[in-house]
Amino acid sequence: MNSSPKLSLGPILYYWSRDDLFDFYSQAAEMAVDIIYLGETVCSKRRSLRSSDWIDLAIKLSETSDKEIVLSTLALLEAESELKTLRRLCENGRFMIEANDIGAVQIMTKKQLPFVTGPTVNIYNAATLKFLASKGLKRWVLPIELSKTTLQQMQLQRPGGIETEVFSYGRMPLTLSARCFTARSHNLPKDDCQYKCIDYPDGRLLSTQEDEPFLALNGVQTVSAKTCNLITEVSLLKQLQVDVLRISPQSTFTGQIVDAFHSALNGSTIKDLEKYMPLGSCDGYWHGNSGLSESNSHND
Amino acid sequence: MELVCPAGNLPSLKAAVDNGADAVYFGLRNDTNARHFPGLNFNEKRAREGIAYAKARGKRVFMAINTYPRPEGWERWRQAVDDAASLSVDALICADIGVLDYANQHWPDLNLHLSVQASSTNYEALAFYHEAFAIKRAVLPRVLSLSQVQHVVDHSPVEIEIFGFGSLCVMVEGRCILSSYVTGESPNTHGACSPAQFVEYRETPDGLESRLSGLLTDRYGSNEQAGYPTICKGRFAVGENTFYAIEEPTSLNTLALLPDLHRAGVKAIKIEGRQRTPAYVGQVTKVWRAAIDSCLHDPEKFIATPQWNNILDQVSEGATTTLGPYYRPWQ
Repeated sequence: MNSSPKLSLGPILYYWSRDDLFDFYSQAAEMAVDIIYLGETVCSKRRSLRSSDWIDLAIKLSETSDKEIVLSTLALLEAESELKTLRRLCENGRFMIEANDIGAVQIMTKKQLPFVTGPTVNIYNAATLKFLASKGLKRWVLPIELSKTTLQQMQLQRPGGIETEVFSYGRMPLTLSARCFTARSHNLPKDDCQYKCIDYPDGRLLSTQEDEPFLALNGVQTVSAKTCNLITEVSLLKQLQVDVLRISPQSTFTGQIVDAFHSALNGSTIKDLEKYMPLGSCDGYWHGNSGLSESNSHND
Repeated sequence: MELVCPAGNLPSLKAAVDNGADAVYFGLRNDTNARHFPGLNFNEKRAREGIAYAKARGKRVFMAINTYPRPEGWERWRQAVDDAASLSVDALICADIGVLDYANQHWPDLNLHLSVQASSTNYEALAFYHEAFAIKRAVLPRVLSLSQVQHVVDHSPVEIEIFGFGSLCVMVEGRCILSSYVTGESPNTHGACSPAQFVEYRETPDGLESRLSGLLTDRYGSNEQAGYPTICKGRFAVGENTFYAIEEPTSLNTLALLPDLHRAGVKAIKIEGRQRTPAYVGQVTKVWRAAIDSCLHDPEKFIATPQWNNILDQVSEGATTTLGPYYRPWQ
């Protein structure tokens, strides 16, 4: 029998205040998740929590709950100051690191320490998976645009001891740039962004000229306006021996979403999560289609 | 400082070589490279012809195998690497770790360059690819400012090549899936961004519309020229405003920065545009050849002449150019 996949809370992709972050993680300690990823992955200018605060929070959560804590790292590394922060996190001495750039993989490999790769490390085939496994990879997140068909083939060739995690719920990170699009939308340069991201706890909506919600601007990152939702696929995810299902935190209802996935994994009725989403759902990538499309395979 | 020019087909390759390229780069006629467009690229016979043409004139030839194979396509990428080795190209430009590992294991004498599609923006990442696969050079994504490029060059274990001119990706190459979000196909998986078969133009009472897989990317007034519906160059609504929320249709042009790039120790300048015509390749190569020669002759007195910039503006997307991310306020 396959054991049931674990649930994880991915890193918060958005800029939230210090109080909101602490509130969220005090609630997260009580949620039915097994793994919590902590840290800033999008913009080094966001400093509600500094790297030492994230490490302190990791210590606190690991001592007061039974969660596995992983420290997530920046995906786009441009400045030396960002590499310094990255090294400090990699040297925490206690928690595993989620590498979101090959730069982080290099640092962990040099230290001969195990690591997780996040969705922005491109693992598209078994040869890549095997190579990184030889360098200390313990768990990998399936890149966002890959399908269940690709995953199935990857699982067949997966090296022993490697865990697979699938981004199963949340607005999907689609791209990164040097340019800050939230600042641009306020006619501000990045160097004087006035921390506008803090006003958009789930990203700032971008629509087509026909008012079709399309993307959400999140600083230098762009995410999907629609929310990826694989709750109807949990039995297939189990069957494919996926080890971890990732839920990407949003500013509201994350606890309810975790509960719904937890129930679905335990065989209860699958709940409709649409009411918890900012703007509708999609599951196209999983089915090998355009990411924004939605299949009709609803169970409810 | 080497001038590396695009060759989408044999006439373009010849135009690049004849007008002063030090090296040309090309890809095969399939999804193993990031310009997988209909009617473009080389079969084996053409590749041999092109390589012979360039080498007879003392120029180098690089082959791009810079997309990301999924398990079902792995054989095609492996075959492409073997083909590159048998063609005796001067370097292979790769992005995928599995492909780099295969090339390094099976063809240790083949020079490897890290493609821009590998998204490596920092020297720690470059050190990884250098130590793992003995890469000789890396092409940097179009996200770093000039001082950040300088910093990477100072600490990099390998030569650095940067984009000098051509279409401007404003996203970190290799990590942008906007195209597959809308169409199901991305540069990583299919070797094309916003592929032509999903493009549609519609005349409507509100003006000409451009769509990608049905999604409205822009609407043009009667006095506006319609652009290609690359998602990041469309006009969208954010808050109260409808504007180029990501980037205007414009091309990158770093001609004015040549002396700075030279002083920074940048080893090669890449010209984008394998999808462009041989005439474009010839014109752009000629300008950049003259500019690089002038810069190397006397970097202190180098001036990007209006004549050069006029020629480059005329062939640019939207007939305008930008310094892009190299110039910090652009960010």
